[in-house]
Amino acid sequence: MSLVGEGADLRGPLAASTGLDLAQPSLAGVGDYLALMKPRVMSLVVFTALTGLAVAPGSLHPLTGFTALLCIAVGAGAAGALNMWYDADVDAKMIRTARRPVPLGRVKPGEALAFGLTLAGFAVVTLGLLVNTLAAFLLAFTIFFYAAIYTAWLKRLTPQNIVIGGAAGAFPPMIGWAAVTGSLSLEPVLLFLIIFFWTPPHFWALALYRADDYARAGIPMLPVVAGDVNARRQILRYTMILTPLGVAPYALGFAGPLYGLTAAVAGAIMMVLAWQVFCERRPAERASKQLFAFSILYLFLLFAVLLIERGWGGLLARLAA
Amino acid sequence: MNEQDKDEGVVLTEAQQRARRARSIAIALALAALVILFYAMTLVKGPGVLVRPI
Repeated sequence: MSLVGEGADLRGPLAASTGLDLAQPSLAGVGDYLALMKPRVMSLVVFTALTGLAVAPGSLHPLTGFTALLCIAVGAGAAGALNMWYDADVDAKMIRTARRPVPLGRVKPGEALAFGLTLAGFAVVTLGLLVNTLAAFLLAFTIFFYAAIYTAWLKRLTPQNIVIGGAAGAFPPMIGWAAVTGSLSLEPVLLFLIIFFWTPPHFWALALYRADDYARAGIPMLPVVAGDVNARRQILRYTMILTPLGVAPYALGFAGPLYGLTAAVAGAIMMVLAWQVFCERRPAERASKQLFAFSILYLFLLFAVLLIERGWGGLLARLAA
Repeated sequence: MNEQDKDEGVVLTEAQQRARRARSIAIALALAALVILFYAMTLVKGPGVLVRPI
């Protein structure tokens, strides 16, 4: 028997055991592969990375900046694809995720894995070759952290999954900063901390009214494992840490008064909503939904104002000079 | 397996052929974009394209 023949014989059982299913031609379209990249998450990642890139001191050629953002976006997409490959079984059990391409059967698990690894490789190598090594290292670490540490390890293990795993979503502004400066300092770490402490109230607010969904999938989210009341208390605690952190860039002289005012007002609203969540009890879920929705606006506002004030404003000042 | 089966191999349905063609075009466009990006970045960076401080 030739080697080719042996390979052909192995295809069926191998495919069945690995999910590669090479004997079955794929029906996946381009849209399915785009969905694998979690475009909505990717847009937030690009936005926070752009802020990190724009507020960093020094100059960067626009094409280099575009390349950095493109690599960060593709890297985030790679992480999303790897997440959907690994989590296909639990995604199929949850209403929120059941229509993703892998649980729907549009993309085979092996295809999602290959797609994610290929994108990750291209994104990291391109960032390293065309921008700088530190940014490429941080991007590689972010993808690894999200896919391996969060998705494959923590997500199904501990209710602290999104606390630690949230670091993956907090890295993009640091990558943007590193793309310009080739180094790190207190400012990007502060941006990292804002997103890091924003993540638990954001996701636990969602988990409060999706608790049944998470329980059915066997994901130990805090409201499922520690109970509704405890989760609400934790949301309030993390929001109490988040709101002063949000103002810190202004307090440390890293951002201007417009940012300071925005962070203070938006932080106060976050605190009020977190307090309402703390006082609310199931089956009521209005406050949780409001906090979840506003938390997105909160992060967007903080980074948008910082981008306008430091990034765009700084650019105008440089041009005027 | 008779001779006819050997010749046919895997026969794609029309939908599978369309999906494969769309994927192939997307891969080609992505690779072309990558080539253009590397070319443009080489022009932007000039000789410094090989200088990457750690």
